[in-house]
Amino acid sequence: MTDATPEAPSLALAARSVTKRFRGVVANDRVDFEVAAGEVHALLGENGAGKTTLCNVLTGLYRPEEGYVEVGGRPVRMHSPHDAHEAGIFMVHQQFRLVQSLSVAENVVLGWSRHGGTWFAPRRVEREVAALAEQYRMDIAPQAKIWQLSVGEQQRVEILKALYRGARILIMDEPTAVLTPQEVDQLVGTLREMARSGSAVVFISHKLPEVLAVSDRITVLRAGRTMGTVGTASTTARELAHMMVGRDVVFAGGPGSHEVGGTVVLELEAVSAESDLGTPALVDVALAVRSGEILGIAGVAGNGQRELAEVIAGERARTAGRVVIDGKTQEGKPWEAIAAGLGYVPEDRMGVGVAPGLSIADNLRLKSYRRNGLILHNKKAMADAEELIRRFDIVARGPRTLARELSGGNLQKLIVGRELSSAAKVLVVSSPTRGLDVGATESVRRLLSESARSGVGGVLISEALGGVFELSDRIAVLYRGRVTGLVDRKDADVDHIGLMMAGQAAA
Amino acid sequence: MIPISVRFEPRERLSRWTNVWVPFFAIVLALVIAGIVLAVSGHNPITTYQQIIEAAFTQPGAFTQTLVSTTPLLYTGLAASIAFRMRIWNIGAEGQLYLGSIAAAGVGLYLQNLPAPVVVIAMMAGGAVAGSLWAAIPGALRAYLNTNEILTSLFLNYIADYLMYYLIFDSTSFWRDLTSPAARVFPQGKFLPASGNWPALSIGSVTVPLGLILAIVLAGLLWGMIRGTRYGFEMRVMGDAPRAAKHAGMNIRRKILSIMLLSGAVAGLGGASQVGDFRHVLDPRGLEQAQFGYTGIVVAALARYNPISAVVAALGIGVLTNAGLALQGPNFPIGLTGTMEGILLFCVLGSEIFVRYRLRIGRTSGPVAPRRAEAAPGPARTAAEIASTERRELAS
Repeated sequence: MTDATPEAPSLALAARSVTKRFRGVVANDRVDFEVAAGEVHALLGENGAGKTTLCNVLTGLYRPEEGYVEVGGRPVRMHSPHDAHEAGIFMVHQQFRLVQSLSVAENVVLGWSRHGGTWFAPRRVEREVAALAEQYRMDIAPQAKIWQLSVGEQQRVEILKALYRGARILIMDEPTAVLTPQEVDQLVGTLREMARSGSAVVFISHKLPEVLAVSDRITVLRAGRTMGTVGTASTTARELAHMMVGRDVVFAGGPGSHEVGGTVVLELEAVSAESDLGTPALVDVALAVRSGEILGIAGVAGNGQRELAEVIAGERARTAGRVVIDGKTQEGKPWEAIAAGLGYVPEDRMGVGVAPGLSIADNLRLKSYRRNGLILHNKKAMADAEELIRRFDIVARGPRTLARELSGGNLQKLIVGRELSSAAKVLVVSSPTRGLDVGATESVRRLLSESARSGVGGVLISEALGGVFELSDRIAVLYRGRVTGLVDRKDADVDHIGLMMAGQAAA
Repeated sequence: MIPISVRFEPRERLSRWTNVWVPFFAIVLALVIAGIVLAVSGHNPITTYQQIIEAAFTQPGAFTQTLVSTTPLLYTGLAASIAFRMRIWNIGAEGQLYLGSIAAAGVGLYLQNLPAPVVVIAMMAGGAVAGSLWAAIPGALRAYLNTNEILTSLFLNYIADYLMYYLIFDSTSFWRDLTSPAARVFPQGKFLPASGNWPALSIGSVTVPLGLILAIVLAGLLWGMIRGTRYGFEMRVMGDAPRAAKHAGMNIRRKILSIMLLSGAVAGLGGASQVGDFRHVLDPRGLEQAQFGYTGIVVAALARYNPISAVVAALGIGVLTNAGLALQGPNFPIGLTGTMEGILLFCVLGSEIFVRYRLRIGRTSGPVAPRRAEAAPGPARTAAEIASTERRELAS
């Protein structure tokens, strides 16, 4: 695939006036975007701004209705990711595409027949993978099985896969969402090294600090349109936020801004639980949340957060201990927890938080439909839904719109809105702003902070330390199923918490 | 490469009319294809279709006969629809219907000296309860032991079939007629006296069986239940996203069991109707040959699990069944009527994609791709990649 290689290290990949529509929604509206060889180019925008759509166009997954893609300055028409791979364009998706039971080296060559033939030469591939990893400053063992690796390491395998297959243009979709601060630093090093050696990197994100740290240039998308491209050196976080949201962003709330009541509304005593695989996921967890306070749970994904939330919500059996919600000891059933006054925003929105094939109105009454006896009040539900759609600023055609048609941000507003409108005493939220844009993050955080001010006790489980710090009164760190630290927000330090999340420091 | 692209695009809005005209054109297409098959096999398609119309509608008594064919299919179609709607694959309507017949015949014979309305109602209740209990077996196994209900409900069909045969052919049971001269020649069931014969409504020359009226009312009730009750709401949530149902605090096990009970009761009522409306006897051979339970699955699929549409679908299959019986003869093999039914089902079910997607045919435009990327789909594209691409395109 040398015929598409640019002669000069100039234009690697470009979208020219690309328009892509879905069901009447314009996801990309005449978007222009270009990335040059030797640069890290950040694609910044709120959720639903069209970043992922653009990348799917650039990698041949979608065909644009109008406009076209250029590789090395020449227009191309790609029909599949395979065509993009031929042109040296690779994408690392948010969900990794790795085979858990195979080794790093095996995953790297899986489905790649560059060497032709039937035979797989493990030693040689392992050597080559190790060399690549070293060149790009990645810390990884080629013989390790995927299931043994942390999320950050798995991401490195995805990058190695692309590099091994001759990637000259690498697109990273929200790569930092699942990483610890330390892993983010390592990723930034790798991406800078790729740019230095002449590759082009597209870095999709909505987190301003890391975009500023990693990129050479930044293109901002808003509502499917290109808002402009700026040099990273000559811009500020404030300017970028303004471009993304179209107005100045003011985050609401903040710790200490609400009264912490005296009554304990949620109490966990020596709670243990197992993961889906039957391994211990929570060990002797003891926590207490008082009304009006937010307890932040920091931790890297997979250290028991999901199990913690599910145990509180009664959706997972506990093997030991006691859960008390608003004075009521829980047997461990979801309806019991709901009846006791638990609001729960689960980590998985589609399929758990909402039923995707049902309407917005039906999803909004998912927890309150029991109140009216055996008969449903469909008209009232429609009216209530209209009201909630307005109140929580959900962008949709109407209450009959199916939940699966909503963007991530609107879906989360639906779920958080539903839980808050049900007069909960305790609100457990799991990764509430993951994948959300600045605007939606701002409104979700404001909702959480307002609920605390109105006397709800909150548990905020999140890997986004910024959010945890901003909203929580106290922060507990979860590492390998144990609470390894519990500190007041005012005494907490980001770096120290980051180290505790990685299991490398004590409280 | 031909400069024409053909692809499916999701419709931006689902209009109610697409739901009507797409199946309509599918039926027209099926008639055309079946016509070709008929012509090739030496039959005149036009006269054959005329015969079908006559046999199903216009001949004296034809429409009555069509309604007779429709009635049991509506019961089994409804039974399948409500279970499938919740993604509970109860394919045991066949056996549940048998059990309904056994119970209704037993109740009708046992209570024969009571006033007719009492006997009729008791037969209905008996059929519903028996079908329900039979369905409770796979239901409870699925709910509490997570056994595959497709297999258990299917196997129970065979057991129910043997039970029915045992009662009439291999035992001196209460159901078996041991006295009449005819029964000495060939084993048969006791016929119900007049008190156990369900009344029918006569409109002009058409006779509408009580069982059909009941089934149509039931279709309306089930539709209302799905739309307007707490129970129906839980059904819809559970059918769409079981984890969301759990998250919302619904009791999934109890729900699975109760939907099986309901589905079995509907099928069992269909069995009671067979005895009360039409056969007036427990008739193992007749019921076994009719295969109402399995055809009900087709009815449910055609109706897309909607109880109201099931009325139309059952009538459609009823027309075909009845016409097929009338057409059969030395010149018209049974396989040919089966082929025609198959063509119809294929076209109608296959057309569903046009309801959700629009076919876009156009000239390819835009810049030309680099030749290599154009020419070689290449072995390096893994099945997973292909599948994920297609999923995305379909899902988008």
